[in-house]
Amino acid sequence: MTLKHVTGLLCAAAMSLALTAGAQAQDKVVKIGVIMPMSGGTASIGAHAKAALDVATDIINNAHPELGNFPLAKNAGLAGLGGARVEVIIADNQGNPATGQNQALRLITEEKVAAVFGSYQSGVTLTSSAIAEKYGVPFLNSESVAANLTERGFKWFFRTTPIATDFAKIYVDFLADIKAQGAKTDSIAVVHDNTEYGTSVANTISGTFKERGQPIALDVAYPVNATDVQGQVLQLKDKKPDVVIMISYTSDAILFAKTMQSLDYKPAVLLADDAGYSDPSFTKAVGKISQGVFNRSSWVVGPAGSPSAIIADMYKKKSGEEMDDTVARQMQGFFVLADAIDRAGSTEPAKIQAALKATDLKPEQLMIGYKGVKFDDKGQNILASGAIIQLQDGENYVSVWPKANAEKAPVLPYKGW
Amino acid sequence: MSFVLVQVIVGGLLLGAVYALFSSGLTLVWGMMNIVNFAHGDFVMLGMYVAYVVYTLMGGGPILGAPLATLVLATLGVVVYFALIRGIMKGPMLAQILGTFGLALLLRYSVFWWFGANFLSMPPNIVGGTYAFAGLRIEASRLLAGVVALLVTLGLHLLLTRTSLGSKMLAVAEDQTAAQLMGIRPDTMQAIAWAIAAGATGLAGALIANFFYIVPTVGETLGIVAFVTVSLGGFGSVPGALVAGLLIGVIESLSGYLIGAIYKDIVVYVLFLFFLWFRPQGLMGKM
Repeated sequence: MTLKHVTGLLCAAAMSLALTAGAQAQDKVVKIGVIMPMSGGTASIGAHAKAALDVATDIINNAHPELGNFPLAKNAGLAGLGGARVEVIIADNQGNPATGQNQALRLITEEKVAAVFGSYQSGVTLTSSAIAEKYGVPFLNSESVAANLTERGFKWFFRTTPIATDFAKIYVDFLADIKAQGAKTDSIAVVHDNTEYGTSVANTISGTFKERGQPIALDVAYPVNATDVQGQVLQLKDKKPDVVIMISYTSDAILFAKTMQSLDYKPAVLLADDAGYSDPSFTKAVGKISQGVFNRSSWVVGPAGSPSAIIADMYKKKSGEEMDDTVARQMQGFFVLADAIDRAGSTEPAKIQAALKATDLKPEQLMIGYKGVKFDDKGQNILASGAIIQLQDGENYVSVWPKANAEKAPVLPYKGW
Repeated sequence: MSFVLVQVIVGGLLLGAVYALFSSGLTLVWGMMNIVNFAHGDFVMLGMYVAYVVYTLMGGGPILGAPLATLVLATLGVVVYFALIRGIMKGPMLAQILGTFGLALLLRYSVFWWFGANFLSMPPNIVGGTYAFAGLRIEASRLLAGVVALLVTLGLHLLLTRTSLGSKMLAVAEDQTAAQLMGIRPDTMQAIAWAIAAGATGLAGALIANFFYIVPTVGETLGIVAFVTVSLGGFGSVPGALVAGLLIGVIESLSGYLIGAIYKDIVVYVLFLFFLWFRPQGLMGKM
């Protein structure tokens, strides 16, 4: 062994020591990759999500005794990792499945994130989570409802939100209830875009109604980000269904509201499947001409002083917007992920995965109205649940169903403007 | 059934007139200097925001928005011409494409930064009403946009064919050097063309804002339609854009209603490609 070799070995040893030291220093920060639509037709969702995650990291990284026993709030940082701070790295999916996939790859291989969180649109979640699966990195989804996402046999995919099948059942029960009160709900139309979200949710809803002996009378599909929806509204006006279920992102939801007004079309019951109808910019832009629209939600502001009310307040200060269902589900999902990392006591993917599998959060530990968080073998939260809300008196939704948690009684028929 | 069909066709014609309105600026710039303005959709978007700001924040009402949007965008057109277009016209084709594309992103994300990503909507106003007669419903705001589309097309056509300014502009488009020898300043003519094109686009945006949502990315949605309208009508032909706009509007509405909305783009683009096969210069374009 020549001197040159010895020096080489010594250098290598020094470098590996330096690297380990570096790794130890990095342990103080837990990087979480977040994939959201920061541009494109649903950029408002991304902007709201960013504000929500800012609030969530503030709660996790700083001491917030006012939140009482809310997980991760009391002390600064993640106690399980010696007070490590959580850092969010946001990547823009542009609302595009291919871009979302590339961003997942970048976050995992270059940013070396401990886990990935995202990606709003079901179609983007579908592609980006496949990358996380391939690399063995935990992926937590909090808001994509396409049923098939948890039917792929993935080991690293976890989803906290209630999904299309849950909501289809809620819709069936809700419509049966208002029918008992005298509303006409015999023929149902489903209006949806041609994205993964629109088609899969429409299929699930159609399937569930068919099982219950009430097949969907009319299926109206349209291309996402439409320039014009007069044809679709006229189709509805022509066929006169009693109930119209809308599965649309924000831009199309606004266009439908405007077109329904201009063509003077009002179904007896207008029932929206979250998405665009929960975007505060929808209620601000066309809330006044969409009075009486029903929507689904898992978010209910608790009494003053409760963690959910305090968090909603913090969010409003940060973003200037009221907390809505989508943002609340996203924040809740992020807390679940952070809680699992905290319990794992490590940024090692396998340990986080094990901790996620062991998650068992009770309703009082949540900021949202789920019955808890507990994942089945497919990674789906089996305790997720939701309610029906209605746009009454201007721009605010109130909970109207089920009766036990309702603030007000449902108002029928759909009033519009 | 037949009544609904009439409503579909009327709706399609009004939609088509709007397509024509926001396409005229694009075709003019192409006809004048062979530049495809990829920032065109974002000019429409800026027109919408000017109208919105004038109405809601400055209390100008719905009437003042349209002329102000025209003025602001016309000024922007001149600035863009001197700051960007004049330079990149001397460069390779790729520079021209990327130049206006970069401008599009700059405009879009500046608006993002200033106004945020939220969707906005004009408050209900005097053009927010709907006329109903014999069961037919026509939105006042769409009717206004349709009528203005016809007037703008007619105005631009007369300007180019009947005035000395138009002749000078066409002369520059035909042969810059020869025009220069005749004492015409190409710079001035092209700057005027940009002012007119951008102004018409701003006007279109302000009128569309009355019945569409307003968001920084709306230019993406509308821009594509403008490109199809212009290539079907014939690059550089203002009347061509009108006919093509109306045609696309009616075909879209009819196929959307009769066959289903997710197929309407297929119908439009198949007809479009089929047509270009036989007449690559478009309806009224020159070879």
